[in-house]
Amino acid sequence: MNNIIYTLHDFLLHTESIVFIIMGISLLSMVGFWLFLTARDEDKNIQ
Amino acid sequence: MSEDAAVDRKSIMTPFNICAGIIVIAGLIVTFIRFTQGLGAATNLSEYNPWGIWIGFDLLVGVALAAGGYVTSAAVYLFGMKRFHSAVRPAILTGFLGYLFVVVALHYDLGRPWRLPYPFIFGYGTTSMLFEVGLCVALYLTVLFLEFSTAPMEWLGYKRTRNLVHRLTLVLTIFGVVLSTLHQSSLGALFLIAPSKLHPLWYSPYLPTYFFVSSIIAGLSMVIFEGTLAHRAFHHKMDEAHKAEHNPLTLGFGKAASLVLAGYFSIKVIGIAAGNHWHLLATGYGFWFLVELMGFIALPCLLYAMGVREQNLKLIRFTAAWTVLGIIINRLNVSIIAFNWQLPSSERYFPHWMEFTISIFIVTLIVLAYRFIVTRMPILYEHPEYKDSH
Repeated sequence: MNNIIYTLHDFLLHTESIVFIIMGISLLSMVGFWLFLTARDEDKNIQ
Repeated sequence: MSEDAAVDRKSIMTPFNICAGIIVIAGLIVTFIRFTQGLGAATNLSEYNPWGIWIGFDLLVGVALAAGGYVTSAAVYLFGMKRFHSAVRPAILTGFLGYLFVVVALHYDLGRPWRLPYPFIFGYGTTSMLFEVGLCVALYLTVLFLEFSTAPMEWLGYKRTRNLVHRLTLVLTIFGVVLSTLHQSSLGALFLIAPSKLHPLWYSPYLPTYFFVSSIIAGLSMVIFEGTLAHRAFHHKMDEAHKAEHNPLTLGFGKAASLVLAGYFSIKVIGIAAGNHWHLLATGYGFWFLVELMGFIALPCLLYAMGVREQNLKLIRFTAAWTVLGIIINRLNVSIIAFNWQLPSSERYFPHWMEFTISIFIVTLIVLAYRFIVTRMPILYEHPEYKDSH
């Protein structure tokens, strides 16, 4: 029965926790995505 | 009949012109019905559904897809990406025509269109989101008109006035970005008033942010898409600089669109988490939401990235068209498909055939106006007397 949300505080604690985890993952993923997106730019500059 | 007249007639009677002519005639007939017999005769709008495709498509999609103007001019004049300069005029023209016909379409949707200037004259409704949207659109249309006006002035030979307006470029660009930021987001904020009507997967306190961020994506994609079409239809009108800058522009804007799409995907997922709506993804509307999220945000994000990495221009151009389709679907989802989702199907809105006719009529008018201007004015090439004046 731990999953039941009784109060607004419970709800915000639950949702905001997940939001912060997703935000962390997103920010780290964006760094990886940027590296993926620009990986071949250096090759082009060298050529 | 002389031989010249026969050749002229042949050149006018192209398949495009015939189709456009039929659409314009049909549009004019429906316009007459709409303005003589009222909204009830020409639309399926009701008390439950006061906004149909004339708002959902003509206005929301029109404004989003016209974002190429502020995105391109900001990239060139504010971020200093002068290598994309040749794209500014076509983008400004598309933006100007987009906004101009948004206002034209709005006249069809308003019960008493002659009262459109009332909020600005009488000053009522300054706390209304709709007032803010109306004011921003009116001001931004003026800004776009001034930005675009240098092209007809060069065409008509008004050198002094043209140089005067040209000096205002930077100020107009700043105004354009500020006004676009305001009203692109406010169009999303309009739906904040209807949390019980819009499906929870689309309703979010972040709706203004979604609309603004997706307008950047729409602008970038629309510049690539429109540039591709222009290259096919008006290649002979382009100067060497325009042709040379086209491929780097496609790659540069494709990269930017990929990055913004990645951010947009993240904030959409955060929106689901913030509302704790995960369980709704397993419903019919949830499936449709996932189609939009994965098919029209995540997929084009990856396709753009692959296209940029591989320098595959065809893939980037296809992705631009796909993304434009995704923006259209998103705006229709928010304003029509997921709106009033709890009503029984008998009460749901489906557009009248006359509504479709007017929407197609408006799009056709934009294309015809674009063609008229591009074939006459220095849009896709620099006027010989003003070369290197930018």
